[in-house]
Amino acid sequence: MTKDTNKITSKTGKTVSGLRKLFSGNAGNYQRPNWVNYAFLAAFVILMIVTATMSDVFFTQRNLSNLMRQTVTNGVLSLGMLIVILTGGIDLSVGPIVALTGIMVAGFSNRGIPLPLAVLICLGVGAAVGAVNGFFIARFKLQPFIVTLATLGAIRGLVYVYSDIPITPADPSFRAILGAGMVGPFPISALIMLASYPLVWFFLNRTSSGRAIVAIGGNEEAVRLAGINVTWNIFLAYILSGLFAALAGVILASRLGISQPSVGTGFELDAIAACVIGGAILGGGGGSTFGTLAGVAALGMIDNLLNLFNVQSYYQQILKGVIILVAVLARRKRR
Amino acid sequence: MGNPDYLVMKGISKSFDGTQALRGVDFSAARGEVHAITGENGAGKSTLVKILSGALPCDKGEVFMAGKPIELGSPLRARHLGIYAVYQEFSLIPHLTIAENILLGQMPSTRVPGVVDWVKAYRLADDILTKIGFVGIDVRKSVRQLSVSHQQMVEIAKAVAGPRKILILDEPSAVLSQEELNRLFALVRQLKKQGTIILYISHRLDEVFEIADRITVLKDGQLVGTVKPQETDQNQLIRMMVGRSLGEIFPVRKPPSGEVVLEVRRLTQKESYSGISFSLRRGEILGMFGLVGSGRTQVARSIFGADRFTSGEILLNGRSIRPRSPREAVSAGIALLTEDRKRDGLVMNCTIRDNASLASYWFLSKFGVINRRKQATEVKKLVEDLDVRPPLLNRLASHLSGGNQQKLVLAKWLMIHARVLILDEPTRGVDVATKVEIYHIIDNLAQDGMCILLISSELPEILGMSDRALVMREGRLVGEFARSEASEERLLASAAGVRQ
Repeated sequence: MTKDTNKITSKTGKTVSGLRKLFSGNAGNYQRPNWVNYAFLAAFVILMIVTATMSDVFFTQRNLSNLMRQTVTNGVLSLGMLIVILTGGIDLSVGPIVALTGIMVAGFSNRGIPLPLAVLICLGVGAAVGAVNGFFIARFKLQPFIVTLATLGAIRGLVYVYSDIPITPADPSFRAILGAGMVGPFPISALIMLASYPLVWFFLNRTSSGRAIVAIGGNEEAVRLAGINVTWNIFLAYILSGLFAALAGVILASRLGISQPSVGTGFELDAIAACVIGGAILGGGGGSTFGTLAGVAALGMIDNLLNLFNVQSYYQQILKGVIILVAVLARRKRR
Repeated sequence: MGNPDYLVMKGISKSFDGTQALRGVDFSAARGEVHAITGENGAGKSTLVKILSGALPCDKGEVFMAGKPIELGSPLRARHLGIYAVYQEFSLIPHLTIAENILLGQMPSTRVPGVVDWVKAYRLADDILTKIGFVGIDVRKSVRQLSVSHQQMVEIAKAVAGPRKILILDEPSAVLSQEELNRLFALVRQLKKQGTIILYISHRLDEVFEIADRITVLKDGQLVGTVKPQETDQNQLIRMMVGRSLGEIFPVRKPPSGEVVLEVRRLTQKESYSGISFSLRRGEILGMFGLVGSGRTQVARSIFGADRFTSGEILLNGRSIRPRSPREAVSAGIALLTEDRKRDGLVMNCTIRDNASLASYWFLSKFGVINRRKQATEVKKLVEDLDVRPPLLNRLASHLSGGNQQKLVLAKWLMIHARVLILDEPTRGVDVATKVEIYHIIDNLAQDGMCILLISSELPEILGMSDRALVMREGRLVGEFARSEASEERLLASAAGVRQ
């Protein structure tokens, strides 16, 4: 109905405030009620204050850096997921990629391959899995859900083929840098994640591929007829998702110091949840980098707080479900 | 004409996000009346009927039927009251059969409740289609296999599948061929005799004059007036719609004399057209007329690389090209403005800035990084040149009116500085004032040396704009007319295959 009204709407087109611009982020294209973002921020701040008064552990350096470390995995995964969701797709295979790259980096390390090289190879493996997803989705126009469901199973199998028992790397530097390393009060892994966000923001907002990816989610045919290589850009999105999943896998393995073949089950759901809480629309056409970061932070905080108050993890899952629904409800377009 | 007050809408107001779409509009219609509602895009026509059909709640105002106030909460409620609307956007379910779509929500069941009686369903659907004069179509086919104009006919069939007191037709003619439109008009007259009120929304004035008993004109969400067609003329109506009189609708063309830029030789695509040959000179506007389904769009898409062709040759500046994708066509300097801007022209949830530069990232960016300043300058210039309103680069395409959306698609293609511009129905769903603007833009482009292939099913547009006109019928070129020889009768006869 908007089409009949806009001749007179120029008033509302003024420059948006900084905060809102930040949240409406890369797609810049999902008009949602203004107050939602402020409400989220307010809820967040209130939650922090309540926690700080009730728990004397929360605002300790130890807990905060723990919180940051625990958030990194989902934070990195969600970035890749966001890119894929923006194209109108989904990537269910990120959980097994986390397991695969985690166990491979540990295995390589034990075989004496230098750590930096091992990490690079694993990032390559993640990108390669993403490329397989992207190839089938972009080239043969198969449904992303089905293709990545297939790789979800296949890669999980591959992990157990590689090793059906946990691998503990002998090299102490394995944990020291990516796992436990700190720069001042910040864990290195958290800094890597935090640096990734502006990078992805830049990619999505300031590069031609990024804009194409956002536009593809809105109207793929229009993008194709504008002379843009849609196949390549969708392919690229899945490669990036695989790459971020691999990064998450390597960091997680380093943090835990032991690589389980079973790790990463259900991770894809947390990543999707973070994107959606941050305003992403499944099926494409909306989503923002910083919104996603807010989603990641919200989910991470909840886990952390409930842990502090010794709430069973089952309740955490229930609460997460409620939060996702509330977030989506609040962002629902109103007529 | 019966009781003039059967349907009365009083003081209807509606705003979206602080924008007033309708202010205190009064409207009434009598039983058995065809009441046309017209006005520019953005005038509030669709909003008004969406309120009546329960699709939108109104902020203020009352609706009466037969003197009694009625409450319109939802489309379902409106349907119970006998109000049914056919919108510009289709409400068909593509993978269901035609019969299921027509009978949606009222499928006949066998003696076992809940089990569909398919034989009866197909017969019922077939009867309805026959009633509206749409014969020879298999109701067991799925809707997605149909062309846009046939889908519109199914949509209309769905509308008359039950008893209706008020039938709303929102721009039904946009995708219909002349023949289908005639059938629709016959149906409208038939329904009228049965006492149905028909609200006919259109900005095609010739249609409005042909079918309407009364015409209500809206402008900027306000009622301008209600007139009878026999007491007014097109010029007065246009003045009412735009608030001023228009100068010449079509620009005065100077005959082009440039060299041949695009030459198409015996282009053939097995399924849809064959042996298409024509040439296009620098600065020339070549019209291409044909009924819906005559293969015009397919020819355009092949030249643009969006679809393949089986045989034949395309020469650009004397060199043979065979674009295998739109990307190759764009880099060769060929642009195609498609007929359906919503489906494949615009990314609705992206901004003016994004949409305008969609085809130009290759020269707006270096190593994949967009030069934002250059982008802003180029887009701003086009937005100003084409007078896209509002001229805000961050405005979403979905928030523009139809006319401004069309200008935005045009901006996208002007940005690449194409040599050949193919326009497929460039003024479809666009109000009169914007139409005139677009005509002048096209003329200016041609004067600057661009070659333009103008595909249209509106005869006045072809006659008024083109230096030469081609006519297509059933996948073949059946006529070529110089500007001086072209006339409405000749083109139409040629397109319909009637010998003169």
